[in-house]
Amino acid sequence: MSSDTASSGTAGRRRPKTMRVVRRAVRLALLLAMAVVVAFPIYITLVNSLLSPHQIGARPPTLFPTHPQWGSFATAFSQAHMGIYLRNSAIVTVIITSAQLVTSILAGYAFAFVRFPFQRTIFMICLATLMVPMEATIIPNYKTIEAFGWLNSFPALVVPFLATGLGAFLFRQSFLGLPRDLRDAATLDGYGHLRFLVRVVLPLNRPVIAAFGIFAFLGAWNQYLWPLIVTQTNSVRTVQIGLRQLSATNFNQINVVFAGTLLAALPIFVLLLVFQKQLVRGLTAGAVKG
Amino acid sequence: MHSRRLSRVVREAGVGYLFVLPAVTVFAIFVFYPLVKTAYLGFFATPPTPNLPARYVGLSQYRSVLASADLRASLWRTVQFVLYTVPGGLVLGLALAILANQRMAGIRIFRTIFSSTVATSTAVASVIFFTLLDPQVGLLSYWLGQRGGGGVLQSSSLALPAVSIVTIWQNIGFTFILMSAALQAVPDDLLEAARIDGAASWTRFRRIILPLLSPMIFFAVIIGVIGGFQAFGQIDILTQGGPNHHTLVLIYDLYQQAFQYNNAGAAAVLSVTLFCILLILTFVQFWYFQRRVFYVQ
Repeated sequence: MSSDTASSGTAGRRRPKTMRVVRRAVRLALLLAMAVVVAFPIYITLVNSLLSPHQIGARPPTLFPTHPQWGSFATAFSQAHMGIYLRNSAIVTVIITSAQLVTSILAGYAFAFVRFPFQRTIFMICLATLMVPMEATIIPNYKTIEAFGWLNSFPALVVPFLATGLGAFLFRQSFLGLPRDLRDAATLDGYGHLRFLVRVVLPLNRPVIAAFGIFAFLGAWNQYLWPLIVTQTNSVRTVQIGLRQLSATNFNQINVVFAGTLLAALPIFVLLLVFQKQLVRGLTAGAVKG
Repeated sequence: MHSRRLSRVVREAGVGYLFVLPAVTVFAIFVFYPLVKTAYLGFFATPPTPNLPARYVGLSQYRSVLASADLRASLWRTVQFVLYTVPGGLVLGLALAILANQRMAGIRIFRTIFSSTVATSTAVASVIFFTLLDPQVGLLSYWLGQRGGGGVLQSSSLALPAVSIVTIWQNIGFTFILMSAALQAVPDDLLEAARIDGAASWTRFRRIILPLLSPMIFFAVIIGVIGGFQAFGQIDILTQGGPNHHTLVLIYDLYQQAFQYNNAGAAAVLSVTLFCILLILTFVQFWYFQRRVFYVQ
């Protein structure tokens, strides 16, 4: 308890003990209050998903489920199609994330280790894509997808996002941080570019790869506007758009809406708990772009 | 001898082009072509019936849309939304980060709770609050004394603040993570030194912590502003631009013009407007980022 003031050495500046206890109590009370405020929406969603629609509408409200009814989750998963939506999101997200990793690593490597004419110009072009938000190009992109005959299909959800300027930029920066002698030594050993990339560069850049991977995953999973306009049937709708359908059409089964919402958030919750460190790094790396 | 060196240079260049080709192809088809095409579409007025050809009108459509009271109103709503969400979210996120930045049993639980909303997408957050704010069954409506009444999201004065609060809640985990990361980078001995010098905690915060946090705060502000101009899902789920256009922000206006009213011409002008605004914001961000990376480090 007294260690933080004891280190100051001068007894005169020591605060009275009661004062410190009060401060601690205030801090703890604030922490608890804020935790309740932040966690309440998710907590009440969980509670309501375990109640019957009748109980949810009852007043005073039930804040703790004494007889939880887990059936709403099964209903949400099968009858309300959340299972299909989750599967679609998983497919779309995994493809986008892996493709962005591959295209970004290749481009970043070319900018850092290969010499070719107009290298700088092409790099600037990649960088310039960071300034074009997807929302500003949505009308022609919709028409392009329509012309390809891809409306309401997985290619429509995936193909426009197979590459990202942010990834190429991040990997170039990270690769440039490697010592130049590394490439010279590898060349002497007879390593070509691909072997050098796979055997030397990638293992040395695991943290950046993980951070960017998480960032790309979250971005793909959370997409809303584009999937909304290019999907029309449940067979290809992603979970975000499925959730919109669910809340718009199943309001008489409101416990199912709550259960579906939790199912939609669950994969990212798990990801958050497992990859906490990489997530923080990925989000702060993304802070560069926004 | 000479030709062998040449062929090596050519092969090297070939590898370079091969490696950038996938990314550049995607950018050409889905970023640069549509960007030019959007600006071009702005020169054509969309016909009233779908099968007629679009009519070339030169700059007049740009002029009429940019000068319209509708655009001014939707821009102002967007600015209001940004002014509600960015400072509020930042202060709250910073306060949580400072509260949670102490050695204490169980502090990890608080950290996990505060960062938990990162897991909620815009759609998840919006659907949660849509049901909680429902005038018939919503718990928040009941507590706010609105049960059976008009409802918060149906009120012309409360709808935009409500959408903003949902946005702040959804983003609080992200802001908390950013601010905590910055706060943990403040060296402990710096704080310790200030404590020995007898600096009161408010002075310590203002003179030491805040200046050290300022780069991250700047990032959070810029991301928040850019994100604010792109905020779409919460409007779509909570209010659809209503009631009576009171939450019709620029991007929702664009979406409705393009995909509900089939007015591609007007929507294209709105797209160009949005692009220019975000371009300026991104330039500010780049400028700051470059300065920080190359001059401070």
